[in-house]
Amino acid sequence: MKRMQDHLVAAGLYALLAAIFAATVYPLVWVAGTALNPGDTLLISSMVPEHPTLRHFGRLLRETDFALWYRNTMFISVSNMLLSTLLVTVTAYAFSRLRFKGRQVGLMTLLVLQMFPGFLSIMAIFVLLLQTGLLNTHLGLILIYTGGSVSFGVWVMKGYFDTIPRSLEEAAIIDGAGRADVFVRILLPLSVPAITFVMLTAFIGPVMDFILPQIVLRSSDKMTLAQGLYGMVSDKMNSSFSLFAAGSVLTALPITALYMFFQKYLIHGLAAGADKG
Amino acid sequence: MSRGDRAIAYRAGPAGPATAGLLSAVCAGGGQLLNRQYAKGAIFMAAYAVALIVGVPRIGRALEGLITLGDTPTRIVDGTLVRGDHSIFLLINGLLALFAGAALLLLHALNVADAYRHRAALIAGGGAFSGTRRYGDAAAAAQALPKLGRAAPTHRRPRDGRTALLLLAPALLFVLFVSVVPMLFNVLIAFTNYASPNHIPDRSLVSWTGLQTFSRLLSDRAWTSTFGGIFAWNVVWAVLSTLVAYFGGLAVALLIEHRLVRFKKLWRTAFVLPWAFPSFIAILVFRVLFNGALGPVNGLLERAGLPAVPWLSDPTVAKLTVLLVHFWMSMPFLMALLAGILTTIPKDLYEAAEVDGAGGASKFRRITMPHVLIATSPILIMQFASNFNNFNLIYLLTDGGPPNPDYYFAGSTDILLSWIYKMTLEQNQFNMASAVSIVMFVVVALVSVLNYSRTHSFREKD
Repeated sequence: MKRMQDHLVAAGLYALLAAIFAATVYPLVWVAGTALNPGDTLLISSMVPEHPTLRHFGRLLRETDFALWYRNTMFISVSNMLLSTLLVTVTAYAFSRLRFKGRQVGLMTLLVLQMFPGFLSIMAIFVLLLQTGLLNTHLGLILIYTGGSVSFGVWVMKGYFDTIPRSLEEAAIIDGAGRADVFVRILLPLSVPAITFVMLTAFIGPVMDFILPQIVLRSSDKMTLAQGLYGMVSDKMNSSFSLFAAGSVLTALPITALYMFFQKYLIHGLAAGADKG
Repeated sequence: MSRGDRAIAYRAGPAGPATAGLLSAVCAGGGQLLNRQYAKGAIFMAAYAVALIVGVPRIGRALEGLITLGDTPTRIVDGTLVRGDHSIFLLINGLLALFAGAALLLLHALNVADAYRHRAALIAGGGAFSGTRRYGDAAAAAQALPKLGRAAPTHRRPRDGRTALLLLAPALLFVLFVSVVPMLFNVLIAFTNYASPNHIPDRSLVSWTGLQTFSRLLSDRAWTSTFGGIFAWNVVWAVLSTLVAYFGGLAVALLIEHRLVRFKKLWRTAFVLPWAFPSFIAILVFRVLFNGALGPVNGLLERAGLPAVPWLSDPTVAKLTVLLVHFWMSMPFLMALLAGILTTIPKDLYEAAEVDGAGGASKFRRITMPHVLIATSPILIMQFASNFNNFNLIYLLTDGGPPNPDYYFAGSTDILLSWIYKMTLEQNQFNMASAVSIVMFVVVALVSVLNYSRTHSFREKD
């Protein structure tokens, strides 16, 4: 009797799991299907196309600036990743290991700044970039991203540094190592999870962002992927969903792979930042 | 001036620290010369001259511009257009000048303090004049600077302050120019009449109007009802979306943990996919899927013989659609996070409860829930804050629509942030956008400071 009941419960559980699974993958399968389907229609008849084709990918590369957007996005993301990781690590070290006047005030300021959505200051950023000649340049956008990532990153990183016992460093200093030595040889290798987390978020942020590029980058040769793909869907006269789907697949595949690969760091990094930071 | 200083400096004997400080206050480097730090004094003096000749007049002009915001509008003289003052550029320049002025004053104060302290050290050290000179000015400066921090607690190592300043300088500059200056600018705009159609530079001037914008926001009926309506939906949205995703994630995590479910890892990997998928693409895909006329979802319903649903065009349904899409995107992250936390609950707690005769529901309520909530309350609040400002989801999915005729420049699903965006970029209602953002900022900042000040970092001991 107990077995019978177990079977019924299991059937219910699996039905539920199957339903969640269907809802989870439906949009993803739809994008892939639309990208591979030969036609140009929204209503693909079957989820798995009967005559899959790579035609739309070819069109995407020939007829649009997709490759250029991709290059722009990668350049901005990688630059931001390197610059902000450097800045965040050094700043977090100062907040974690040094004791100086204004430390608490500085931390609290960063915290409040982090809560303020960066693009609320669009007008000022626009005027500042215009006056410094950085409007419509990738450098201008990178500098804004880097400045914006400091407050959040420093909190996560400082929280992580705080969990590493100081006794290790103090021992090394007694043995005659300099402060820079201790930082590079001891603290950094121990902080790989937090550094990975900060690097990944700094890399992914610009790929996902839509608003700031829309404000800073004014000409089509400077555009990023998000802008390009949004243009494909929002343009009411000239929507090409197949091209959009093909572009989405090419953008989403590497990002999704990155997320899945670094899943542990990303999910628990955020938890650590909130918990210990 | 400088020749006179030098003359005093050569007579070096009885002058006290106050004299050195006073000399440096009148002319930077003067006190240093008195202390026979010739190279340092000369450098300070040169910098002082440059600041006085180049910096101060510019700062003065910029500050004047900040006060007046310009007085010559753009006009047509003899058939040609003559550009007038651009109030907004004047405002930004004035703001930057404030910082520049403060920086100069700070440097000058450091210069005075340096002269004073060094003189005091010389007097205390008796005939140490030659000694200091041999070790050079840099060493003297190194001794003088850290002492600026008054009453340093004993654990503060003496050189920390200087190292910290060096390490923090780049971040400080970034934060100053990317966050603080723009934010102050944003705040100042709320106290002007910078708005379309009458006050847009450089066609026309902008001027200071005090609290007028705020009083309009709080007393003009249409503005008040727009603000109230959007604020209410914004709060409801943030609370509901957070709770639904949180408890949904918990439910799915528990579902996978059930003893009868096999291939747990496989299910978890499949369900976490939406989290890994780029969110802006997912939102755009949903925008297409839920399209009223052409959308595949309505196509599916039609084939099943069901009526089409106005997913994005009915005010109430659109709100539910936004919640649904958010659930799809956020549940996986919470599921993965909570699944990890569930495994940390000691098994013997459950066993003990079973011995005491507790059922499934009471085990969940008494053991699982408290454990999970304590471990994730910071995440819950963080999710709340980010949902409160989830601009991308609203703007890319619905554009804030469907349009609401009772609102100023906003639709039924607009949250404060997307309303501000529209007022800024589409309607040029800069002052009102800025006033709303100030109100919003105060709310969000209060909540987050309350939250964080209770967490680990502020309770650290050392």
